[in-house]
Amino acid sequence: MDHPIKRDHARFRKIVKGRIRENLRKYVSHGSQIIPKGTDKFTVPMPTIDIPRFKFGDKSQGGMGQGQGQPGDPVDGQQDPNGQPGQGETGEGEGNKELEVELSLEELARILGEELELPNIEPKGKKSLKSVVDRYTNIGTTGPDSLRHLRRTYKQALKRQIATDSYDPDNPAVIPVRRDFRYRSSDTKVEMQNAAVVIYMMDVSGSMGDEQKEIVRTESFWINLWLKSQYKDIKIRYIIHDATAKEVDEHTFFRTRESGGTLISSAYNLCKEIIDKDYNPNEWNIYPFHFSDGDNWSADDTKLCLDLLDNHIFPASNVFCYGQVESRYGSGQFYKDLTAKYGGNSDKLTLSKIKNKEGILDSIKEFLSKGK
Amino acid sequence: MNRTKPITGELLALKNQIEQYARDYGLDFYPQIFEVCDYDTINILAAQGGFPNRYPHWKFGMDYDQLSKGYAYGLQKIYEMVINTNPCYAYLLQANNWVDQKIVMAHVYGHNDFFKNNAWFSNTNRNMMDVMANHGTKIRRYMERFGADAVEAFIDKVLSLENLLDINELFETSALKRSRKELVEQEKVESEDDGYLIDDRSAALKSFMRTKARSSKKDEKKEEAQEHIVAERTQVSTKDILGYLIQHAPIEEWQADIIGILREEAYYFLPQRMTKIMNEGWASYWHSTIMTQKALDASEIVDFADKHAGVMHMSKQNINPYKVGIELMRDIEYRWNRGMFGKDYNECTNMKDKLSWDTKLGKGKEKIFEVRKSHNDISFIDEFLTPDFCERQQLFTYKYNPRSGRFEIDSKDFKAIKQKLLSQLTNFGQPIIEVEDGNYMNRKELLLNHVHYGVDLDVGFANETLRNLFAIWRRPVNLKTKYEEKEVVFHFDGKEFKPQA
Repeated sequence: MDHPIKRDHARFRKIVKGRIRENLRKYVSHGSQIIPKGTDKFTVPMPTIDIPRFKFGDKSQGGMGQGQGQPGDPVDGQQDPNGQPGQGETGEGEGNKELEVELSLEELARILGEELELPNIEPKGKKSLKSVVDRYTNIGTTGPDSLRHLRRTYKQALKRQIATDSYDPDNPAVIPVRRDFRYRSSDTKVEMQNAAVVIYMMDVSGSMGDEQKEIVRTESFWINLWLKSQYKDIKIRYIIHDATAKEVDEHTFFRTRESGGTLISSAYNLCKEIIDKDYNPNEWNIYPFHFSDGDNWSADDTKLCLDLLDNHIFPASNVFCYGQVESRYGSGQFYKDLTAKYGGNSDKLTLSKIKNKEGILDSIKEFLSKGK
Repeated sequence: MNRTKPITGELLALKNQIEQYARDYGLDFYPQIFEVCDYDTINILAAQGGFPNRYPHWKFGMDYDQLSKGYAYGLQKIYEMVINTNPCYAYLLQANNWVDQKIVMAHVYGHNDFFKNNAWFSNTNRNMMDVMANHGTKIRRYMERFGADAVEAFIDKVLSLENLLDINELFETSALKRSRKELVEQEKVESEDDGYLIDDRSAALKSFMRTKARSSKKDEKKEEAQEHIVAERTQVSTKDILGYLIQHAPIEEWQADIIGILREEAYYFLPQRMTKIMNEGWASYWHSTIMTQKALDASEIVDFADKHAGVMHMSKQNINPYKVGIELMRDIEYRWNRGMFGKDYNECTNMKDKLSWDTKLGKGKEKIFEVRKSHNDISFIDEFLTPDFCERQQLFTYKYNPRSGRFEIDSKDFKAIKQKLLSQLTNFGQPIIEVEDGNYMNRKELLLNHVHYGVDLDVGFANETLRNLFAIWRRPVNLKTKYEEKEVVFHFDGKEFKPQA
């Protein structure tokens, strides 16, 4: 008979499986740092179930370390969240190491897809984008030494030796000469592919606080992840707006401080310009996302926004997604305006309200579950 | 299911040899039993807190999962487990090489001596092996009766509160002891009256049943004694949340028993959590002493140094209790050998004299034995940490810098380090939570108070914990704390969380 702990273990795994959803849910909602490593590797903690306890908030706590360094120097890595010694473990060499398994981006996206039952996206403008790729599939007689194909070279030399009867089976030395050399060479291929662009617009007006932005940040991360798994090459553009809009890089997008009033039309205008300038709707799958707390400056501006949506953005995009983050100050009026005009979700429009961090996953599902 | 077996042959000879060295150095320990096992078994034991039998629960499976994966990926390896029992059991990994086994044995004698002599362990039940096994049997029985899911779900809820302990519970005042004795005797008489004999119910359950009986039975004398204990208890320790729940929450018998079981186990492990630095420091001090002065063969010196250095590694994220512990022990020994303490030494302003201070006092050994007897981590650090030591050991504090989004070294100042270290150790690193009112707002609501020493609670976790507490208390629960500099009461009424300013 096996040790009873195997039953505990099996039970744990069952809980995790039944709850892998639950776990992932919490994981997303806490916006844990998922850091791209190298090209597309991510580290995520191994499945654990945290029994809730009264405990200290991690970040305000800080800690103690030992080693060289001056005040201000970074302490490598993150603080071990399980900083306290485990119970009853008086054993030697029992480091309290956080285990991490590496997941590739594809795996993570697949888990997300399974988790949310997301349909694969049906791209429009099938294979409309031409791209020229060089692939080393051919063999040539000239080339740099670094591309020399040794097997083919020796094969050629052997052929020559046999043909010229200079091959001696008793002393089977094969010596290539200059004209035996073979090199890998490239073929130029034209590949068709789907291209997609995501345009994130975020309201950074005074009413969007840190928590709201954290939500937007986490949500965009997972949306990016999913779209990246669906499109080979994805462009991402970022727009922030208060009363005026400007295009920014990723870094700024996530770190800008809040200020000012709100004119949503400014962002839509800029979005339209970007599309007009860079992305032909016939060739590109376009996904504009707009996150706001729904507090627009005036009804006039809202009218302008709806106009822009109707005439420019809807026709160009696969689907326009509007996510409204709940904030203490926002009125949430814009959501109501959109609902009033389009009667909720339609072919071209997806609306979602994100109440808090826990709502992120549901919201992603609302955005992406149409498979467009 | 014999997964472990006693040592024989060469290992046994080695044990006798090391034991003799330990005795010669003056270590005083319980009879020591070593057993060997394979890595899977040691992972199992470690997952179960060192004990071969525990109650069924997924958390052991989770720990086992992590340990076995950790071992499989080569991230960690457990060389040994030692358990605070009498006789003291220790498990050795079969695959350890000869030097490892030597180090581990020497290390274990240090732990054993510490378990036996340190004051904080004076009231622990040394028969825990059997107690744990009995707990397992009982909980399994409850699972058969009430369903595995129901019992497990209840255990989950109790585990949520498992860290809310009162260290004062480790010691009993003599008055308390006396009145408890009386109560036990009285109960003996009574149980014969009632016709049920001594049973295997836990002390906690009995006390629970007494409280229940109290309301139905009119027994003046007993009630008095009972009241006395309860009164003293609630006065002394409102931090003993689990104990409080057993007494006052509207729960079934089996639930009270489960809380009692988990509480007993939590208190059993508590002294180990309070003496991590000292215990590991002491054991490391002795493995190092025994190995370098006696047990090592010249050919093993490099292997030993390698292993020892691995155990002593310094980290920038955490302090290594082995390292700080052993260094502080050595520092104390050095200072007391040379009389580097007291008025004259402290008031000496000549750095040169101070550095070469030596009164030939030679009380180092004596002092560290005394220290291991009467201190816990907090008093140990409080009394013996010196600015010199902090500088030599390159200690520092770090904190989160929201601007750069990373943890940065904050200070290398002695006072800051000491304060940080002490605050981390206060209440064994857990927030101090006490019961303030069991009839809050005169509505039978429970009010807990978080004694705030500058660090906020994790609100998400606090809310979930309240949810679990509610399931036991069955009336709205409240937690008074400070959050972002503001006094706030978190309120959970079974449906929603409401922070009340």
